[in-house]
Amino acid sequence: MALGKKERLALLDPLVNNNPITLQMLGICSALAVTTRLSTAIVMSIAVTLVTGFSSMAVSLVRNYTPPSIRIIVQLSIIASLGIITDQILRAFLFEISKQLSVYVGLIITNCIVMGRAEGYAMQNPPLLSFLDGIGNGAGYSLILLTVGVIRELFGSGRLLGFTVLKSVNEGGWYEPNGLMLLAPSAFFLIAGIIFIVRLTHPEQQEHA
Amino acid sequence: MEHYLGLFVKSVFIENMALAFFLGMCSFLAVSKDIKASLGLGAAVTFVQTITVPVNNIVYNWFMAPGAMAWIHPSLEKVDISFLYFLSFIGVIAAIVQIVEMTLDRYVPWLYASLGIFLPLIAVNCAILGGSLFMVERSLSFGESVVFGIGSGLGWALAIAAMAGIRQRMRYSNVPAPLRGLGIAFIITGLMAMGFMIFGGIQL
Repeated sequence: MALGKKERLALLDPLVNNNPITLQMLGICSALAVTTRLSTAIVMSIAVTLVTGFSSMAVSLVRNYTPPSIRIIVQLSIIASLGIITDQILRAFLFEISKQLSVYVGLIITNCIVMGRAEGYAMQNPPLLSFLDGIGNGAGYSLILLTVGVIRELFGSGRLLGFTVLKSVNEGGWYEPNGLMLLAPSAFFLIAGIIFIVRLTHPEQQEHA
Repeated sequence: MEHYLGLFVKSVFIENMALAFFLGMCSFLAVSKDIKASLGLGAAVTFVQTITVPVNNIVYNWFMAPGAMAWIHPSLEKVDISFLYFLSFIGVIAAIVQIVEMTLDRYVPWLYASLGIFLPLIAVNCAILGGSLFMVERSLSFGESVVFGIGSGLGWALAIAAMAGIRQRMRYSNVPAPLRGLGIAFIITGLMAMGFMIFGGIQL
């Protein structure tokens, strides 16, 4: 599919230059919680990307018929329906992972990326552009999620996707697993580190507070 | 009574919504720049959480759970609409936020004025929906859900108030430019989360 310049911008800009997590401060809750393992991070990334894409498209399709006073409720019901579909699919095909993700599947609904893109972009733009913008933002989110997921699982337990990469001391190897990586605070430090790197290379994103 | 007290302490400290489950992080990081605003938001979240968790508990246990509608008519005994609970919870939350907003506007104007913009924003705060989803996942009874609602709301308010206090002091320190704002906020929250982990071993 050949994409015009505008479409490509909508798709690629959120990856680094306008990343939802490091710059727009959206969708942080789930980014922190589901990254102790790479497998849950992957499933969550796919789910959020698809929900963001399709909800932006649906919101954009009805944008001219939605009175401004009830737009939040309209957006929420579109997003919640997609959330239900995601939840049912995960339960049907990936039951184990859906148990591990627990409430965070439901929380895709209130994930600020989905709402933020619906409100901030899809309400003003045509369906195709909004769809690409949603997918792009989902991909930007996934990028951070996967990075954090890889680091946490690799250094926290010496495995990737359940396969041993660094053989830990308990199994007769040399690697001493870093227990902090499996605990909640490490996600904060890792994301802070990613923000540091992104803003070091893109000085225009720095805040002057 | 002891059981409820234990649940309360657990939901405020050990299973703190913001610091152990990362819920409501977006508004947590955005609003905690200002101590007054964060107290307002904390109060609003506690208030709404105290109402929505028990109400959603009633909605779930009397209408949504498998076979829950048998009290209306015996033929409904096999009906299971629990897959709709995301949609109904978010609807209940949005409606309650709206009602609370109108009631406060009419009868307690000073509180309405001080909560201001934060009330409508609460409808999409993940701590609120998360509280209701945890209520279902842990199958709490009605009494427990009241305690859990108050406790989790208070815990969130406590976390954001403490965070705002720390960030206010940070104004005078020289943070490396790329970390300014969001980056340092993440590090502080991480350290706070580590601090809250000391409650982790407590058995209640």
